[in-house]
Amino acid sequence: MSFNLLVLTCLAYVALLFAVASLAERSAEDGRAGWLRSPLVYTLSLSVYCTAWTFYGAVGYAARSGLEFMTIYLGPTLVFVGWWVVLRKLVRIGRENRVTSIADFISSRYGKSNLLGVIVTLLCISAGTPYIALQLQSIAQSFTVFVTDIDSAPVAGDRTLIALWVAMGLAFFTIVFGTRNLDANEQHHGVVTAIALEAVVKLVALLAVGVFVVWGVADGPADMLARIDAQALPEWQIQPGRWTGLILLSAIAIITLPRMFQVLVVENVNDKHLATASWAFPTYMFAISLFVLPIAAIGMELMPAGANPDMFVMTLPLALGRDDLALLAFLGGFSAATSMVIVASLALATMVSNHIVVPLWLRLRTAQGQDTGDMRLLVLNVRRLSISIVLGLGYLYYTLSGGSEALAAIGLIAFVGVAQILPALLGALFWRGASRTGAALGLVAGAAIWAYTLLLPSFGAGIILPAHVMADGLLGLPWLRPYSLFGLTTLDPLLHALFWSLLVNALAFCLGSFLSFPSPIERVQGALFVNIYDRPGLARSWSRPMAQAEDLLSMAQRIIGVKSAQGFFQAQAAAQGKAGFLPDITPEFLEALELKLAGSVGAATAHAMIAQSAGTAVVSVEDLMAVASETAQIMEYSSQLEAQSEELSRTARKLREANDKLRKLSVQKDAFLSQISHELRTPMTSIRAFSEILMEADGLSAEEQAHFAEVIHDESIRLTRLLDDLLDLSVLEHGQVQLDVAPANLRKLIDQAITSSKSVQAQRHFRILRSRDDEEVMITTDGGRLTQVFINILSNARKYCTSETPEMHIQVRRAQDLIEIDFTDNGSGIPTASQSLIFEKFSRLTDSLQAGGAGLGLAICREIMQNLGGDIIYVPGQGGASFRVSFPRVLSLPAPRKDAAE
Amino acid sequence: MKSPRTPPFLARDSYRLRRLMDAARFLPIFGFVLLLLPLMREDPETGAASTASEGVYLFAIWLALIFGTWLMSRGLRKVFDEPEKTPPKTLDAGRKD
Repeated sequence: MSFNLLVLTCLAYVALLFAVASLAERSAEDGRAGWLRSPLVYTLSLSVYCTAWTFYGAVGYAARSGLEFMTIYLGPTLVFVGWWVVLRKLVRIGRENRVTSIADFISSRYGKSNLLGVIVTLLCISAGTPYIALQLQSIAQSFTVFVTDIDSAPVAGDRTLIALWVAMGLAFFTIVFGTRNLDANEQHHGVVTAIALEAVVKLVALLAVGVFVVWGVADGPADMLARIDAQALPEWQIQPGRWTGLILLSAIAIITLPRMFQVLVVENVNDKHLATASWAFPTYMFAISLFVLPIAAIGMELMPAGANPDMFVMTLPLALGRDDLALLAFLGGFSAATSMVIVASLALATMVSNHIVVPLWLRLRTAQGQDTGDMRLLVLNVRRLSISIVLGLGYLYYTLSGGSEALAAIGLIAFVGVAQILPALLGALFWRGASRTGAALGLVAGAAIWAYTLLLPSFGAGIILPAHVMADGLLGLPWLRPYSLFGLTTLDPLLHALFWSLLVNALAFCLGSFLSFPSPIERVQGALFVNIYDRPGLARSWSRPMAQAEDLLSMAQRIIGVKSAQGFFQAQAAAQGKAGFLPDITPEFLEALELKLAGSVGAATAHAMIAQSAGTAVVSVEDLMAVASETAQIMEYSSQLEAQSEELSRTARKLREANDKLRKLSVQKDAFLSQISHELRTPMTSIRAFSEILMEADGLSAEEQAHFAEVIHDESIRLTRLLDDLLDLSVLEHGQVQLDVAPANLRKLIDQAITSSKSVQAQRHFRILRSRDDEEVMITTDGGRLTQVFINILSNARKYCTSETPEMHIQVRRAQDLIEIDFTDNGSGIPTASQSLIFEKFSRLTDSLQAGGAGLGLAICREIMQNLGGDIIYVPGQGGASFRVSFPRVLSLPAPRKDAAE
Repeated sequence: MKSPRTPPFLARDSYRLRRLMDAARFLPIFGFVLLLLPLMREDPETGAASTASEGVYLFAIWLALIFGTWLMSRGLRKVFDEPEKTPPKTLDAGRKD
């Protein structure tokens, strides 16, 4: 077959892929993507697991090792059979958190740690690049096998050149359909549909060759089985270690391979599809591997010795004259390789751009103080560049490694590499205590051991690892030999590396998690991931159908005000060329609205609100944390305000109190002045009246004159007494009184007071009841002032006691250094309502004329007692008026005046 | 899906569903053990097992696993039906990483 025909076929095939992909993209854009989201397409897209390494290599593998090739499919089968345990949770978490890659998954589970993202990305690249190289190699190899005409040999024979063209073509395809837009869910309908088509092509190709072999070459299944047994080599015997290990390894790889994660989790549109894929994908793998062993056996039987068994799928039909089948097989291999390369480079490019390039770029921009501007185009360009870089690396690896020997084993080596993600991944799914530190330690340790024991030695002794290290171990330590760490010599290198790397990885992961303390966001994310089923509908309840412009308008009105919101919406609608208030909900409009809202409520809240209203996205924990911190700021601010206003109100209260007091004082002062003038006026009036009478004394008898003069005299005495009292009170109140403190006998003071008070209403006979023994107390105080108080109390009793047979009971008590004297009469007492008034100035309860005093007596008494460090109070309920005078036995100067301010 | 007459059987339905989930968890373990059987078999005469017959055995187990999973997935599908509707996903709400 001519080289040109082959190239034409390839081009036609690629054109078909382009057509299918762009058709799918267009349907998706028009919202007619129903069939794109069918479980069938999802299942077929999973077939990127079956690469060219599978397509060609499985037959070679079977020819060399018998049934062992099945392990590569049996492991994934078990994972899908047990989809309920791991895959379901993985897919659910991935979709709800809008995970974009396996690196994103790990990093977001462990507190959105970009460090982990970088580690996983680097690990995936170091495992994935050789794998991509392997695909390029198999395509190039298949070209050279196919082309037989001499003319094109210079071109067709140059595998490197073919690989270069293939790499460039695939980069172009991936860039066109993989980075068309920056979808929130990182889903690529065009790519997925093209992959599904390729899955059909490679399955049909392999089945066609298989059917031809079993029924065309051999004589049906029975004959086929006999021929297989005839070809069996001693090496075909199943090796228990490798058998078990490889089943486990491939089971791990189906979860952790970046490209598998891409199609399995990222491109998943509905959890339910997994239920179909759980049996449909194993069925696909079953069909793919069904004819592998027959093809291998027939190939070994019919092909000349030394033929490369890896190419039996193509060379066998060629040798048997079935060029059409061979071409189909070629296309099958081509599609297997291209689908793998497209998805893998897409997944790796997403990781590289999201976890390495963009963070770096942002940091640089921030460091330079520049505005980060529109990220959209930047991210797309970075991703395009990353795809080119990844494919470039693959090509570079291919040209550098050159020979097929180093590449043949790279499939399983890559499996072991990505298997290092497993502990962190399982921890993410099932262990809340798993921490970022543990995951980072486990990944780094596992990756290091994988590199040392498998990846680097795989290049051959002396290429990267020096031969003496391979033979004698690092630093000449035999227990550090790459293929037999710590003297484990019985395992083959692959299992040896798998065992050690996963063991150390898991150990470091666990220890790191036990000993470290996770950050809050890490714990929140942990709970979110591990308990994904415990909150059914929580995340989904936020994803309502797409927001209506009306809803957004009413929300915006609540935040930025009716007028402003309506103006903004109108302007946006006008910008879109629409009249009215309701613009189309475009991403641009949402962004503008978010910015507008952010001005009012903060960026995080605005984002969360838009996300909620738009219903596309689950509000992430970061969003919520940002909201919380903004809210915290607002709360702090408002609590400051609260404190300030509290202080203000406290001050206002104090001011009000002071004002009240001032007003009361002013009222008191007015009342006092009016009382004083009244008290002064009464005697003055009578003095004036009687003196006028005396002045016109012509007709007055001497007796009358004497009487009038006596009245004048009495009134002037009363006036003088009033003035004396006022002066006394003033002196006492201002604490300017000079106390004459001296020892005195209390009994004598009381005696003196009783004698003095007898002059008041002398006609009334008072019975005084007292206990002289109790009164025998020596006190040190101002005796004169104290007597004044006693006299006042006793005089009051004489004046006001209403009893027919008045009695006065005087009781003296000593309580430590305090003397208490109760003066109790048997009158009617003082009404409760008046009890609080009696010590006020001018607070006479009865008519002034009857009392014959100005009503200053008790006020003066209180002032005196306070000057003596004691007090006078009214004791209610004693069967009459009862006053209790209390004072310290020994007055120490200066006297502690109570409430001196008053 | 549930007619008003079925409530008495609701508990039984969910009990069945839970046991089905248990079965779905156990199936891969049994499958793994069954896939290890070829390791413990050999032809008493030659000392080596026949690749063809082991291959037939493995493919048979494989098919049985697929069939079992298919049966179970039909029942387990109900779990998704109740709460889930495919969320719209045409709008980018601002993920910019």
